[in-house]
Amino acid sequence: MSQETLHQSQAGTLAAHVDHHDTHHGHHHHETFVTKYIFSQDHKTISKQFLITGIIWAIIGGLFSVLFRLQLGYPESTFPWLENILGRWAEGGRIKQEFYYALVTMHGTVLVFFVLTAGLSGTFSNLLIPLQIGARDMASPMLNMLSYWFFFLASIIMISSLFIQTGPFSGGWTAYPPLSALHDASPGSKLGVDLWITSMAMFVVSSLLGGLNYIATILNMRTKGMTMTRMPLTIWAFFFTAVLGVLSFPVLFSGFILLLFDRNLGTSFYLSEIYVQSTQQALPNEGGSAILYQHLFWFLGHPEVYIILLPAMGMASEILSTNARKPIFGYMAMVGSLFAIAVLAFLVWAHHMFVTGLNPFLGSVFVLLTLLIAVPSAIKVFNWLTTLWRGNIRFTPAMLFAMGFVSLFISGGLTGIFLGNSALDIHLHDTYFVIAHFHIVMGVASFFGMFAGVYHWYPKMFGRHMNSTIGYIHFWGTIICAYIIFWPMHYEGLAGMPRRYYDFSQWQSFKQFGDLNQLITVFSIISFALQLLFVFNFFYSIFKGRKVLSQNPWNSNTLEWTTPINPGHGNWEGEIPEVHRWAYDYGKDGVDHLPQTVPVGANESHH
Amino acid sequence: MNIWMLLAVLGMIFLVIFQIAKASEYVSVLKGEGKARLQSNRINAFLMLAFLIVGLAGAWWCHKKLAGETLFAQGSASVEGEKIDSMFMLTLYITGIVFLITQVLLFWFAYKYQEKEGHKAFYLPHNNKLELIWTIIPAITLTVLVVIGLRHWFKITGDAPEKSMLVEITGQQFGWTYRYPGADGVLGKKNYRMIDPQKNNGLGQDWNDKANQDDLITTNMYIVKGKPVKLVIGSKDVIHDVGLPHFRLKMDAVPGIPTTLWFTPKWTTEEMRERLNNPDFEYEIVCDQLCGASHYAMRGVIKVVTQEEFDMEMAKTKPVYYAAFPDKDPGNKSVTPVADSVGQPASTAVVAPAGAVKTKM
Repeated sequence: MSQETLHQSQAGTLAAHVDHHDTHHGHHHHETFVTKYIFSQDHKTISKQFLITGIIWAIIGGLFSVLFRLQLGYPESTFPWLENILGRWAEGGRIKQEFYYALVTMHGTVLVFFVLTAGLSGTFSNLLIPLQIGARDMASPMLNMLSYWFFFLASIIMISSLFIQTGPFSGGWTAYPPLSALHDASPGSKLGVDLWITSMAMFVVSSLLGGLNYIATILNMRTKGMTMTRMPLTIWAFFFTAVLGVLSFPVLFSGFILLLFDRNLGTSFYLSEIYVQSTQQALPNEGGSAILYQHLFWFLGHPEVYIILLPAMGMASEILSTNARKPIFGYMAMVGSLFAIAVLAFLVWAHHMFVTGLNPFLGSVFVLLTLLIAVPSAIKVFNWLTTLWRGNIRFTPAMLFAMGFVSLFISGGLTGIFLGNSALDIHLHDTYFVIAHFHIVMGVASFFGMFAGVYHWYPKMFGRHMNSTIGYIHFWGTIICAYIIFWPMHYEGLAGMPRRYYDFSQWQSFKQFGDLNQLITVFSIISFALQLLFVFNFFYSIFKGRKVLSQNPWNSNTLEWTTPINPGHGNWEGEIPEVHRWAYDYGKDGVDHLPQTVPVGANESHH
Repeated sequence: MNIWMLLAVLGMIFLVIFQIAKASEYVSVLKGEGKARLQSNRINAFLMLAFLIVGLAGAWWCHKKLAGETLFAQGSASVEGEKIDSMFMLTLYITGIVFLITQVLLFWFAYKYQEKEGHKAFYLPHNNKLELIWTIIPAITLTVLVVIGLRHWFKITGDAPEKSMLVEITGQQFGWTYRYPGADGVLGKKNYRMIDPQKNNGLGQDWNDKANQDDLITTNMYIVKGKPVKLVIGSKDVIHDVGLPHFRLKMDAVPGIPTTLWFTPKWTTEEMRERLNNPDFEYEIVCDQLCGASHYAMRGVIKVVTQEEFDMEMAKTKPVYYAAFPDKDPGNKSVTPVADSVGQPASTAVVAPAGAVKTKM
């Protein structure tokens, strides 16, 4: 009943955007366990569902990488216990080549989509958009709930593909045809691909439902006084992330559907003049283009990188400013650079295709546009650094991760300048240099943004604190491991060492890195163990963590800290507060912080 | 070590960390939040500085250890690749300077501006002049890099010199086939429907095309020092990639869409063996595009030789036409077994029936 009134009034807010705030007094929900924790329409619960599902996926995806690192670090050794858990995929204690490639593929798919897209954007867009713009919930809580359940469905289908007879898909997370299109090209290209595509299609639906909701909510449901330019940078970041997703995921979807047709209905979108070695058969397909798929894939694939990175940037900005006790430097430049990155994200996809035989002139346009992205990225870095300059920095675990994010973003971003320049890319393409580049800038950096977000907003999510000592160990251990794992990979890449190789021992050119590969494996195992420590801290603190005593534990300016310590569905008891200023008045006129709800004083200085 | 023992040790470490963490939480509650925060602040700020110093030293040490293992240490084996090397070094210097400045500032600020009692942060919301400067400087630097990069790009991807020799390279799961046009200088027509390994026609050469009759197929790719070579690249099944790290080049092999690549080798294989003091050195062809379970074993070999050696090698090789039609071989009226590499890709991990791939296990 009361939930219905909530929805009606939200519809009202949407339609007229006038103050209905006072109609929201007191929500007496008669919720059952199912409506509260499972089919919940409360954005906060949905955000936790995304986060916990994301954590489970991160453990699975991380474990995959540990397994294939074992093969890379110890190609000559056998591990009998592997056979105990993997059965025929690791006969004799050594991972089979097909399974190695399945692990690589699943690691990529899971981490890119299920963890760093759903787990990151799904968690924090859901949690923070209504809380930070002053809304009771999303524009459509129902679609929001469906967004999670489509993600859940996608997860179930993806998991199920691990257990089928012919094994999961093993053609790389990019799923290039013809390898992904031909049943006989590889065992993983049988049922595994169909399940992979179906799962990804569900995932796209989830993403679109979520994204449309985020956009509608941000545009229509901001509280009184919350103009667009008063929004915290987190919200700007989530906004551009959602726009990127809504415009690019459908293109990926079409690419996948055509692939499904080529696989099962005999069409020739991507296939031409193929002779399959294993069956000794010439296929009838002619006139298709395998490269067409790559265009469709990377039209999402590149924006996807920013879908992963922008939320981390937004959260890092917010956390850096709060804990430096200083306003974020150059707010408008930060918004402008987010906008520039979002626009450019759509115009650079072919830099993944410099060596496909792309028209060189077309390639040159993509070089120009790609390197252009370095400008807004540089602005962001310099602005973060200036935010820290002459601050009064509090090293909470969240702050450490936010600063770690900046460090990693610099390290990984700079190598992008090598790869975006097509002439250099010819040499570096598909080598370990690329692995190092994108793992640092997109993988680990975004993970750091996510960790920063979890530590920072944990009190809001669960009304308790995570243990900071474990947080500090987690941070220092992880950043050291991250650099030890990925820094030397640049050198392997400069030796031309290719990605996605199961074994290098028969190669004259690459076998000199045996010891290094072993070292990297050891540190990736340590790193994985450290993440388990985080997971333990996360779940333990939900029940046993130190209780949050103050409504605003970080002395922050944003609206989420004006809600009760354990907010109910609807977030604020009584009226939604009105906003009078931007989110970054830290240290203004000698006052430590001025929350957005504080009216501008008569004697306050202008900036 | 036994995996269970390892897990037990890990569990113990977890337990210890947990106990310490729990205890320190109680201590901080007792001490008061403000005091505890200041203490952990001091420790973390110091660690930030330590991380910077140790990290930079580590990066230097890593460079000392590994720079010699990369290909840049041996120099580019192709004339065109020299440009890529010089461009790499320029980009490395520029990004290296930026890296150093920004990382030092980040960690130094962290240390310098750690929270201190009585200290107040400086309210600085924006400064248009500063922001303009750090928009324009990166923009100019990048323009320079783009201009240099594109000049090389157009040169490398441009047309091959007219006097280049021609070699066709075709990928399949999991090996490479090299075809030479023979005396007429023309590669004969192919049709993938005519592929028939049983009849010594692994590439689907159309025997009705006279240009096919003198085409040669070799086990390794032979090219000539100092002579530009143009590769015509194709694939029979999935996408492969002709990766030539020593020459700094790479190009996908796409079924149905031929691609090309050209370069001028600088040193023969023998010369490289002497230069590097490594008698086992080979110019390896690396498959750089995931192509299936034995992707990692799809190795080819390029022998860079002198013109005389090349001519001898070609003279030794019989046109593949005679393998398909032994009775038409003028120099060999009695039917003898032909070179068994013919009609099948020449490289190491080659296996015609799919099941045989597993032999590597």
